[in-house]
Amino acid sequence: MVLPADRGPASAALLDILSGEADAAGTLAAEVSAALESTPDIVFDDDLQLTLFCLYELHYGGIRDVSDDWEWDTALLAARGRIERAFEAALRARVPLPERPEPTAKAVAARLFEFTAADTGPSMSRFVAKKATHEQVAEFLTLRSIYTLKEADPHSWAIPRLSGRAKAALVEIQADEYGGGRPTRMHSAIFPRTMSAAGLDPAYGTYVDAVPAVTLASVNLISMFGLHRRLRGAIVGHLAAYEMTSSVPSRLYGDGLRRLGFDQDATWYYDEHVEADAVHEQIAAHDMAGGLVEAEPALLDDVLFGAAAGLAVDGWATERTMAAWAAGDSALRTPAAVR
Amino acid sequence: MSDAVGTGAGDAGARNRTGPGDADQDVVIVAYPDGPFLVRGDVAITAPDGTPVERTRATVALCRCGKSTIKPFCDGTHKLIGFRTEPQLPGDPAA
Repeated sequence: MVLPADRGPASAALLDILSGEADAAGTLAAEVSAALESTPDIVFDDDLQLTLFCLYELHYGGIRDVSDDWEWDTALLAARGRIERAFEAALRARVPLPERPEPTAKAVAARLFEFTAADTGPSMSRFVAKKATHEQVAEFLTLRSIYTLKEADPHSWAIPRLSGRAKAALVEIQADEYGGGRPTRMHSAIFPRTMSAAGLDPAYGTYVDAVPAVTLASVNLISMFGLHRRLRGAIVGHLAAYEMTSSVPSRLYGDGLRRLGFDQDATWYYDEHVEADAVHEQIAAHDMAGGLVEAEPALLDDVLFGAAAGLAVDGWATERTMAAWAAGDSALRTPAAVR
Repeated sequence: MSDAVGTGAGDAGARNRTGPGDADQDVVIVAYPDGPFLVRGDVAITAPDGTPVERTRATVALCRCGKSTIKPFCDGTHKLIGFRTEPQLPGDPAA
């Protein structure tokens, strides 16, 4: 991706470092401290979420014209750690956990299915199926593109941190996400077809400037869970919840796209997820999450936290989008980006 | 690399071909509670006249509740209709 525009003093300090206009000993630490002290809510803080997003991006595909050496720069890692600790603390304080099941695979899977079925947030998929305009669908795809163009990557960080049944389950899911050896079938490669059909630019990172903080937060959450061995329970819980809330909504998204005249190539991404995630959710709930808890019962609470936090942050993002649309506004920061 | 539990001495050939204890498991069907059958392994899925049903992934989920819109594959609809495979306790609203 290309360097985005800053959203305040902390992200400006980081972007100055990454673009070579300042050195790491400069103002980043002070600006991050000031931003953490003054933010009313880190989840919705544009400056801090963009800073965290750019710091994580150094671990993924990198940023154009930015040296890869910054990935392990201790000043940047220190700033990342401080934002992460505040972000995690905010979520742990705010996200209610499902009731704790027995630490058996069967009970964990049953509790996760019960919890994900009870998700009561506003339904984006039903809105897209029945009511969304072409323009709203383009905005929805724009918001989703931040994660979906690197779909599966944040959860892959967990592979070397698991073992046995949980690891085999995660790898089986990820192999399917990555197309089973066929690059054109990678989910992150199918989604660009949908974006192109909607008139969007599918290059990774094109729309980072267009999306609000909470959308960046929903992706930062997965990167944080994936990049910390300590949080391996949470990354597993997050993926399980994602897989368990995908197959039925994907059918509705496909229905919405068909209603608006999109062809089969454009709906492939959603049609694929109807079938794929009906497979993945069983493996994820019973074998990955359940298998992990049986192997490491102490991780049970973090599995539940990962599932609950993922659904909570995505729910807040959906509420924001639906509120903007209900008011006749764009859900994007820079609506012109998708016109 | 594998933990070779339960393999006898001298069956290195069999071990290379399948894996310890897997000799009889070229195809495995897993019945998940309140959900589909997951099928792993090289098995043909066809219509009654032998026409192959296109299979695009290594592991597939077969509909068990009868309500999938993409039969023979599962689409998660069982979750919407309260499909149960397990015996229910008295008083369970899903029973």
